[in-house]
Amino acid sequence: MMDINEIIKPENKVYGKTPILKDNILHYCPGCSHGVVHKIIAEVIEEMGIQDKTIGISPVGCSVFAYNYLDIDWQQAAHGRAPALATATKRLMPDKYVFTYQGDGDLASIGTAEVMHACNRGENIVIIFINNAIYGMTGGQMAPTTLLGQVTATTPYGRKAELNGYPLKITELIAQLEGTCYVTRQSVQNPAAVRKTKKAIRKAFENSMMKKGTSFVEVVSTCNSGWKVTPVQANKWMEENMFPFYPLGDMKDR
Amino acid sequence: MAEKILMKGNEAIAYGAIDCGCDGYFGYPITPQSEVMETLMKVQPWETTGMVVLQAESETSSINMVYGGACCGKKVMTSSSSPGISLMCEGLSYIAGAELPCVVVNVMRGGPGLGTIQPSQGDYFQAVKGGGHGDYHPIVLAPASAQDMYDFVGEAFELAFKYRNPAMILGDGVIGQMMEKVELRPAKPRRTEEEIRALCDSWATIGNKGRHGNTITSLALDPQVQENFNIKLQKKYAEIEANEVRYSTYMTDDAEYLIVAFGCMSRIGEKVVELAREEGIRLGLLRPITLYPFPKKEIDALVPQLKNILSLELNAGQMVEDIRLIVNGRIPVNFYGRQGGMIPDPEEILEVFKKTM
Amino acid sequence: MATQGAIVVDKERCKGCGVCVVNCPTEAIALSHEVNGKGYNFLSLVNPEKCIGCANCATVCPDSVITVYRVKI
Repeated sequence: MMDINEIIKPENKVYGKTPILKDNILHYCPGCSHGVVHKIIAEVIEEMGIQDKTIGISPVGCSVFAYNYLDIDWQQAAHGRAPALATATKRLMPDKYVFTYQGDGDLASIGTAEVMHACNRGENIVIIFINNAIYGMTGGQMAPTTLLGQVTATTPYGRKAELNGYPLKITELIAQLEGTCYVTRQSVQNPAAVRKTKKAIRKAFENSMMKKGTSFVEVVSTCNSGWKVTPVQANKWMEENMFPFYPLGDMKDR
Repeated sequence: MAEKILMKGNEAIAYGAIDCGCDGYFGYPITPQSEVMETLMKVQPWETTGMVVLQAESETSSINMVYGGACCGKKVMTSSSSPGISLMCEGLSYIAGAELPCVVVNVMRGGPGLGTIQPSQGDYFQAVKGGGHGDYHPIVLAPASAQDMYDFVGEAFELAFKYRNPAMILGDGVIGQMMEKVELRPAKPRRTEEEIRALCDSWATIGNKGRHGNTITSLALDPQVQENFNIKLQKKYAEIEANEVRYSTYMTDDAEYLIVAFGCMSRIGEKVVELAREEGIRLGLLRPITLYPFPKKEIDALVPQLKNILSLELNAGQMVEDIRLIVNGRIPVNFYGRQGGMIPDPEEILEVFKKTM
Repeated sequence: MATQGAIVVDKERCKGCGVCVVNCPTEAIALSHEVNGKGYNFLSLVNPEKCIGCANCATVCPDSVITVYRVKI
């Protein structure tokens, strides 16, 4: 056995925080999936060496402050409009990597038109979609992706189809659009899932320079505060309840 | 001899955009301004100057494309008509709040609601007071001819970049649809990437080469930060009000009576002045060219020589309120307007005016 | 070939979510009984001899507070 002080040396370092991530402490709740996805994007940017060529567009919702965490140029969009900003940004600066980062309320409710049409035009952008089936920032109200029966602040007796309609599988809709080249659904609850999501996000970024169309990466995520469970329980709840309705995997890759 | 071409005001907007080195136009069809995008799509400036032209899925999306493009330090614009501008007001508020330059053209039609496709000036309040939420103003230019439509695009961009603030060209269906001779200016090239970096690197999202990332946002959760920002915005508006007022006058030197009118109504107003002068009535006209900033001092300076003022508008009386604030009860400020797309003729206005004498 | 690992935890930034703990294959880590300045039970390498430096904990950490070191033995 080596003494751990013998091990903790720069030459033995195998994993640490990428410098693309700023030193600001994330405002997210403990265990929130946003932090993992932020980190993945930062690592992809670092590994591709594209920090000075990447423009991020943050939404309205918990991840509005994404700009506080990744040291790249950021635009902060009006609620749901990130794909419109991304469209113009990419068309005016085709040599830049342009991605939006949006939650389920932003992308699948108020911003449905913008995301559908950006994808349908085949904008050469990356769309990262965080689906945690709830509105986090405003205090846990029903999202378009909230599951039937799921309790939220605005569905206190559980989501009922006759009252609230059905959970929206927007990623399946997006996959039908001619303009998209890569549509996938991933998650980040364990190391294998994180690695798959990272691979997907890297592929999406690479696609955006190949003029193949829009790449869309959904990350099924947790909101333990909104769901009112612990972070570990939230991951379990997600696996048991979200995955059957939002199955993981590639829907389109061409 | 500069080239003169007969064209609609809306077409002049399109040519004005290309010739002033505009980088991008994002729009959605709506009468009576659809010729702006139609002209651009026909001319295909992306083949020559590299200007991007895109038909968006809605006005909401158009203005947010403008927001994204403006974030990149590009000269970007959109055009629409009244109902479409209402949809854009959210985006305009964000653009003003994020202190970004852009140009928005409103070829006004009658409202409220879907209203009519005929000309109107019913969006005066919406334009000069802000339109969207929060304390902000776009700089508002009011064209009165197709030539103005052509020239104001470049001027609006200059003002927008000078103050990092949205600039609006507030036209109306008359100016948009009317065909007139337009003298084309020598085309300015689009800014190069190096020029944009030199001009906008401190704030624009153009890739953080050699610096930390820039963030463009209008969000400040800390009330003190937000108040400080608002105070800064107001200082900027004060500077705009001090430096950028534009107006013209017609026969005001000896005037005892004054018409104040903008856009197409200033052209009709000039005719009213001529008819009145034929009858020996000393009537003059002041045309605000910038509606924000409004020519307050200039109107104020005329008040001592005047018996009254008539505000002539294609609405139910909007600009008249701003004139009354300046005059502050010293002399009567009357109003005459038509609505719903109706346009008064000079004789009709003269009759109304004479009753106020 | 066997590996031995070690982690360094940025205690003050750790929010004690515990997602890392359930993803550790060797039960080398646990949340400490002590709390940090924010009141969180931060992560601790309680069984250093069990750590293989797999980086699972750091991979799933939302707050990027774990640095992982590894040597071949």
